[in-house]
Amino acid sequence: MVEEIGTTTEGDLIINVGPQHPATHGVLHLVITLNGETIKKVEPHLGYIHRSIEKMCESLTYRQFIYVTSRMDYLSAHINNHACALCVEKGLQIEIPDRAKVIRVIMDELTRIASHELWWGAMAMDIGAFTPFFHAFRERETINDIMEETCGARLTMNYFVPGGLMADLHPDFQQKVKSFISLFKSKVDEYDELVTGNVIFRNRMKDVGILSKEDAISFGCSGPTARGSGVSCDIRKLYPYEVYDKVQFDEVLETAGDSLARYMVRLREMKQSVRIIEQLIDQIPEGDFQAKTKAVLKLPKGEFYTRVETARGEFGVYIVSEGGTTPYRIKFRSPGFSNLSALDHMARGSKLGDLVAMMGTLDLVIPDIDR
Amino acid sequence: MLNEELKASISNIDETVSFDETGEWLTVMVNPGGLNSLAKGLRYDEALFFDYLFCLTCIDWKTNLTMVYHFSSTRHRHNIVVKSVLDIKDPQIETLTHIWRTAEFHEREVYEMFGVHFLNHPDLRLLILPDGWEGKNPMRKDFEDPINMIKL
Repeated sequence: MVEEIGTTTEGDLIINVGPQHPATHGVLHLVITLNGETIKKVEPHLGYIHRSIEKMCESLTYRQFIYVTSRMDYLSAHINNHACALCVEKGLQIEIPDRAKVIRVIMDELTRIASHELWWGAMAMDIGAFTPFFHAFRERETINDIMEETCGARLTMNYFVPGGLMADLHPDFQQKVKSFISLFKSKVDEYDELVTGNVIFRNRMKDVGILSKEDAISFGCSGPTARGSGVSCDIRKLYPYEVYDKVQFDEVLETAGDSLARYMVRLREMKQSVRIIEQLIDQIPEGDFQAKTKAVLKLPKGEFYTRVETARGEFGVYIVSEGGTTPYRIKFRSPGFSNLSALDHMARGSKLGDLVAMMGTLDLVIPDIDR
Repeated sequence: MLNEELKASISNIDETVSFDETGEWLTVMVNPGGLNSLAKGLRYDEALFFDYLFCLTCIDWKTNLTMVYHFSSTRHRHNIVVKSVLDIKDPQIETLTHIWRTAEFHEREVYEMFGVHFLNHPDLRLLILPDGWEGKNPMRKDFEDPINMIKL
């Protein structure tokens, strides 16, 4: 590992970005080899926030381990919980009540909006625009308040459990989500007007960090990163879970593969999430919010894999069970890990200043990468 | 493609593989030595076309290490699992980095966490563990750390 600033034998400069750097949004450490201002190589060094969650889960029961997963991709906490709950339900062959299914999807989409909003604000700030951050956080705060009322937490919700939901909805939930949605619809257009058309912004984003369709697939990219390159990979469309096959929404695709394309995908995805919530918010069926499950869950011997679409891409949970109360081996396929592996390829040959735009549009969440 | 068709096509590439259909997806068991040629077939055969490696991991079964690869095709939308059993005393397997670029990072993770050596890997170094890490591999079942590990 190269720790110090120095020069290589060819006279190239080696610099460190991170682990403490405002543009990495977490403890990501990049060792960059530069020729003048041109990037020759980007080497990520990980592990600054590695908690070995997979190992930890091997000693936790199927009810306990879900709580740990909120701490991985903390901006998609609901969706991480969702994947784990689905995987345990698949093993136990439990059918959850319709009410729980619909609430899960609404919560997922609210999470997606909140995550994309944080990304939008933070990325614009990286590029040099400070105001969008306040705009994004103003709306995100409303979602956090809605979550807090129902789930009791603002960030690591732990609301989904095997068999359904932890608790029923707060009585104000529907009305508050509706008023948020009606406000938010105009706000997305406002975001668009505020930033997208800006000449400086477009110059910083257009043709920066181009990832071709073939490379995106080869690097295992997923989510908005791959969809910006024209790869159709939305798990909600391809392998629908819960009620995603019953709602109308479009998979957002761009073909340019540059930073602007990835930006546009996320911006348009927020509108699709609004569409999904609008269809479901008045259609929450009455009934139980939880299926009857045993107090101690035991998965049958075998292997179970579920895939869901988080705000960052495809999140997979792979449980290997020996028939006990704890998983024998558990693997979390995190979208950020694969997306990060494409950074070196994208960055080679471009200027150091553009690296910030690339990292911003990859939407890296470091605890998700390190796990 | 249906499981039967997949089995026929894969048998054409490598006759020695065995199949397991108990799981959600078709599982192919391959010898470590045959992985490279099988992988090339899976990736470049037009009818199979498994271009997306979405999960690469390893399981420590105490008596052996099992590599698990999950493949998907973005064209045909079928999925497959490939497994290969490695000797726990000297785990070695060919890298897949030259076919799927995402394998580079995933194999580095498996290398440090399980101690599997990937032959012909372009850059097999520690990725997550700190520099100068010595001793056993953390994800192995026999790993003990009296200071940092809390037994429940």
